[in-house]
Amino acid sequence: MVSRAARLYIGLVVSVAAVLVAILSHQAMVHGDFYPTQKHLAPMAALITLQVLFLVCDSGTTPMTSRQTRWSPSSSATLAAVVLLGPVPAALVGAAALLSLQRQLRLAERMFNAAMYALCGLAAGEAYVACNGPRGLPDFSHFRTILLAFAAAATVHVIANHGLIWGVHRLNRERGMWTRDGLESSLALLLASDLGYAALGLVIASLWPIMHWFAAALVLVPLFVARWAMAQFAEQQRAYAATMSALSQAVETKDYYTRGHGDRVSRGAVMIARQIGMSTDRTEAIMFAGMLHDVGKLGVPTQVLQKTGKLSPEEFAAIQLHPKRGLEIVSEIGFLFEALNGIFHHHERIDGLGYPMGLAGHEIPEFARVIAVADAFDSMTTTRSYREAKSIDFALGELRRGAGTQFDPVIVEAFIAAMQEEGWELPAPAGKPADPTTVTVKDHDDPTAPLPVVEP
Amino acid sequence: MSGETIARRAAPARMAYWQALDSGRILLMAASAMLVIAAFAGMAALRPTVHVRVALAFGAFIAFGELFRLALPGGREAAPIAMVGAMAYAMLLRLPGQRGPITYDVLLVVAVAAIGMAVGALPHIAAGRPAGLTGMCTRLVAVSCVAFIFWPIVSAGLFRLRWEVEFAVIAVVFLVGWLVDALVGALIRADDVGARFSVAVRDEIRLQWPLGLSVGASVIIAVFGAEQIGVMELAVFIGPLLVTQLAFRRYAGIRATYLQTVRSLARVTEVAGYVETGHSRRVSRLAVAVGRGLGLAEPELLALEYAALMHDIGQLSLRDPIPGGATLLVGPDDRERIAKLGADVIRQARVLNDVAELVQYQSRPARGHDPAPPLGSMIIKAANAFDDMVGGSTDRNRSAAALERMRLDPMEYDAGVVAVLTDVAARRVPSRL
Repeated sequence: MVSRAARLYIGLVVSVAAVLVAILSHQAMVHGDFYPTQKHLAPMAALITLQVLFLVCDSGTTPMTSRQTRWSPSSSATLAAVVLLGPVPAALVGAAALLSLQRQLRLAERMFNAAMYALCGLAAGEAYVACNGPRGLPDFSHFRTILLAFAAAATVHVIANHGLIWGVHRLNRERGMWTRDGLESSLALLLASDLGYAALGLVIASLWPIMHWFAAALVLVPLFVARWAMAQFAEQQRAYAATMSALSQAVETKDYYTRGHGDRVSRGAVMIARQIGMSTDRTEAIMFAGMLHDVGKLGVPTQVLQKTGKLSPEEFAAIQLHPKRGLEIVSEIGFLFEALNGIFHHHERIDGLGYPMGLAGHEIPEFARVIAVADAFDSMTTTRSYREAKSIDFALGELRRGAGTQFDPVIVEAFIAAMQEEGWELPAPAGKPADPTTVTVKDHDDPTAPLPVVEP
Repeated sequence: MSGETIARRAAPARMAYWQALDSGRILLMAASAMLVIAAFAGMAALRPTVHVRVALAFGAFIAFGELFRLALPGGREAAPIAMVGAMAYAMLLRLPGQRGPITYDVLLVVAVAAIGMAVGALPHIAAGRPAGLTGMCTRLVAVSCVAFIFWPIVSAGLFRLRWEVEFAVIAVVFLVGWLVDALVGALIRADDVGARFSVAVRDEIRLQWPLGLSVGASVIIAVFGAEQIGVMELAVFIGPLLVTQLAFRRYAGIRATYLQTVRSLARVTEVAGYVETGHSRRVSRLAVAVGRGLGLAEPELLALEYAALMHDIGQLSLRDPIPGGATLLVGPDDRERIAKLGADVIRQARVLNDVAELVQYQSRPARGHDPAPPLGSMIIKAANAFDDMVGGSTDRNRSAAALERMRLDPMEYDAGVVAVLTDVAARRVPSRL
């Protein structure tokens, strides 16, 4: 839900925009320069064309990097209006967002978007005028002046746009509600692409004397191709994640009680990553690392995993080898180096008594410390052949008890905080396995029941 | 990180570059070399008036475009920005402050495009990356075609007409140039990977048309923009082009990562001791080569490659590995069951249902079942059986015996598939796995 502060903010933005546009258009009407009067420029037709262009550009914003960062090239229409018509018409082009073709938008969102784009158009227009940019069909014998003024206008537009949206996110504290999120790690990329597409505004304005409205249609072609490519990218990304998840589950079919373990560890690791403010790229990498962290268990002989009674030191060593096996399997994947580290070191302990390397404290890579916490938590809260699932509170208590010896206290606290905010959905309790050959007797991840090993 | 969807026929490392050339490439390079020589000789002899500023601006733009090339799926490389620059220069009509068409010179266009491309390739060479000579030659030939077609049209004075006519002519000439580019690209590719030319052309057009559309629109914008703004428009125009290219780059990047991941994860069956080391990768190579020989298009080949890589994933559900991993040694019912288990795993991803289908029917006999198994499944079946019998060995007798055994069992193995497999096996080089 929208917080009260955010509501107030939205109301404020909408009323400021309405008042400003009303006053300025009244002034412009009085002075008779609402838009420039020029031969070959039909201002009313141009205004409507640019509004249509705005709506078409806005019809499907495309995910740029993740679900939350979206990109829509509609600013090119507003900025073309800045050059051809002036500040107030530019605001009116932006206000067309009220009629946005995105059906899922609610009225409040539409009004905010319209007000925001109107303010952006107004600000950009004023910046253009302030830098002596000539309004109307551009005369490019003064190319340098026009280019400088346009660059100022585009910069102001981008800043105003992201600034106003940032306000909503700041007050709302909920991510992903609004069509754009300027707080992603890829902010620089987003800003650059916004500026890149803003330049199309000048291209439209320069072609206008030759082909009028058709200039807007022509510019749409590369825009739509780029959007198509981004849509393909998003689709591939989803397919990729789904395939990873399916393959990580395939690895788990051998062991009845740990099915779904990879997916849940991945979920927990992502919760922690968000809580400690990891960037989007790293969060994505830790998601995959969480999924695949136990993939190396495939290299451990089944009879060792299923052995009842104490393990010989050799058998224990075989289990301790599984992070290395996992690393062998995934090392060729084009992952972040950190994800590989996370898989290799996820059984290290803060006190240095873990395996495979016996690293201690902050020698252990951050990814591994995160995965270790999510890993132990899921092991405790799911049923094992030798015990029922423990409660969430019990498991969190165990994590706290192990903080400083087995786990990184900062990560444990972050996980508990994330749990309180987002909650945790426990898997359905496992019944009796249909196939007794898929039961392992011990779980190497369970901190409440260390593996029994014969003393040498 | 190039999208190696289709592995190129890699020449052994000790071969010199020129030995790896095939006839299509030699022809292309000879044509480009002749174009370049003709351009420079003509320029030296005729000394046409050159708008130095314009030539420099477009040359720099082309060089920039060659610097920022774009890797496309399937190990292709494009240079859309260079293409926009060169094509727009080839069809430049007017510049501000000039009455009538600019003095136009085909040779100048070829020379500027060639110099721009060469300069743009220098940093690639300096960084130790391949220079991409084939791609540059293809683009040069396409641009030259455009210039040679456009020249008589301009000379005929067609351009005292309306902008709509100019627009249409530019669009059509661009289309011709783009088709030349696609055809030459397909020719080279068919040579490289051993595909049929008709299939390669269709693949090329299907894969390239969105980018071609974008480049075409950009060329038209650039030509008319130059009329209004002059060559400085190129500075404004580079921003949107870069963003478009970024979108394509991300798409190609994720596709490459995807394939790489499936390749790596297919190895879990090897690490777990279910199959022999290198088995999945050898089977997938064989299967793709056979599929290409049978004229499958690229999307089908990709599904086939995924399916071949993951064909043994169902074995993960077995408690203990089959000795040696050879599915040939277990009974047909067990084989069906393992295949079904594997297909179920892949279906969980919900996005690879065509791949799951191929995996599911990989053990079904070619004849005697209604409906017959999909072609991809029959290819995987044959490739898998071949690798189970021959493995990584390149012993010709062993390979011949395996093929003979398959040939004698037409109920089990499709005769057409086995025939192509025989060709492929004859070309096999020792695997470096």
